[in-house]
Amino acid sequence: MRKIPVSTVRDTVARLCIEANCVLGDDMVQALEQALNIEESETGGEVITQLLENQRIARQELMPICQDTGWAVVWVEIGSQVQVDGGELGDAIQEGVAKGYTEGYLRKSIVADPLRRKNTGDNTPAIIYYDIVPGDRLKITVQPKGGGSENMSEVKMLSVADGADGIKRFVVDRVWRSQANPCPPVIVGVGIGGTIEKCAMLAKQALLRDVGSLHPDPFYAEMEKELLAEINRLGIGPQGLGGRVTALAVFIEAFPCHIATMPCAVNINCHAARHKTAIL
Amino acid sequence: MGDGKSAVKKITTPLTDDVVRGLHAGDAVLISGKIYTARDLAHKRLVEALAKGEELPFIINGAVIYYVGPCPAKPGQVIGACGPTTSYRMDSYTPTLLQAGLRGMIGKGNRSPAVIEAMKRFCAVYFAAVGGAAALLAQRVKAARVVAYADLGPEALQELLVEDFPAIVVNDCYGADLYQEGVRRWCQCQHLITQ
Repeated sequence: MRKIPVSTVRDTVARLCIEANCVLGDDMVQALEQALNIEESETGGEVITQLLENQRIARQELMPICQDTGWAVVWVEIGSQVQVDGGELGDAIQEGVAKGYTEGYLRKSIVADPLRRKNTGDNTPAIIYYDIVPGDRLKITVQPKGGGSENMSEVKMLSVADGADGIKRFVVDRVWRSQANPCPPVIVGVGIGGTIEKCAMLAKQALLRDVGSLHPDPFYAEMEKELLAEINRLGIGPQGLGGRVTALAVFIEAFPCHIATMPCAVNINCHAARHKTAIL
Repeated sequence: MGDGKSAVKKITTPLTDDVVRGLHAGDAVLISGKIYTARDLAHKRLVEALAKGEELPFIINGAVIYYVGPCPAKPGQVIGACGPTTSYRMDSYTPTLLQAGLRGMIGKGNRSPAVIEAMKRFCAVYFAAVGGAAALLAQRVKAARVVAYADLGPEALQELLVEDFPAIVVNDCYGADLYQEGVRRWCQCQHLITQ
């Protein structure tokens, strides 16, 4: 068994929280630069220019890109030959999130109860998804997820007979109904298949893909392309003020399905599509 | 910002009738003066205070509210990242505040028909700032202090002194709506915009 000290896990999670929130990924910067070339609306172009300038300031000053520094969604792939030494893995991740959000001057956006709404003060608890994989490595991805775009997300249990057209209609309609609210240009994560909760998880996981990457399955690669084109015909545009660029990418994750079901989840991400990974 | 409409207008707070009437959907503005931060829970408290006949923690007549929950300031900073939050969550409280004298709101995203109607009735304006341009917008804030509801943390009510804070008029006091007009102009799906 390979041992990883618990303090290494904690400090790595803290660092990933700060980096993810302050340094926009190169894939997103490139996508925004390309969007600036495509956008024909003057207002839309001005919005994208501000977003590029904003990420430059954020990177330089190590300031958050957006004040909504999000739920800390943490994806963990733990090798079966790894042992976390000196404490519990889950505790170390929670402590790392608290440390990162406090020392990085990130906003604490989590309330302890959905109805009584008292802020927990350190942005915990994180949402943690564990996967046990072969090997002796520990892979941690921190994905801060903003609330405004989360509010425009939805799961629907479609009928099997709705088929691919039904999925496409649901996804495009979800983006249309969102209009300006999720801070377009957006990234659209789509989960298809599994159970209701698995489907929603797939949609969130889809948001981790690099913008510009292709789905490995040509069938879904084509569907992603069609959906992106259709969404960009809606005219919502940057910040919903009208324009050509409503979405920068559509990412689909599919999973086996029950013979009676065809769930579809849409998880929308704003243009501050943030995630950072470390492999220990 | 404004698709070739008029040049950027500089306005100062508090807003007067004349200033509000001179603003039209699509106008790019630079706002200077004092504005007040309030979002979900602060709105609930403001409206509860009005219902009880209590005095509000700031002068609402002519005031501009900014829907924002900023990041904490690092040492030496005035304020942390502070872009707008989504406005529709404040819609149910807004007509009451407009009736009480609120004249301007800065946020992002669409407003309800009831809010747009109340803006016409009470002569008010809704501005959008670029959502997610939070580091850039923070540079336009020159001073910040908590005025009330400190227990709400990032949702506390703060007074901000802003200089040339960039925004665009979305809803003016005449009922125009830049979101609807902008999308209508660029939408290539006729069945969605025929109503």
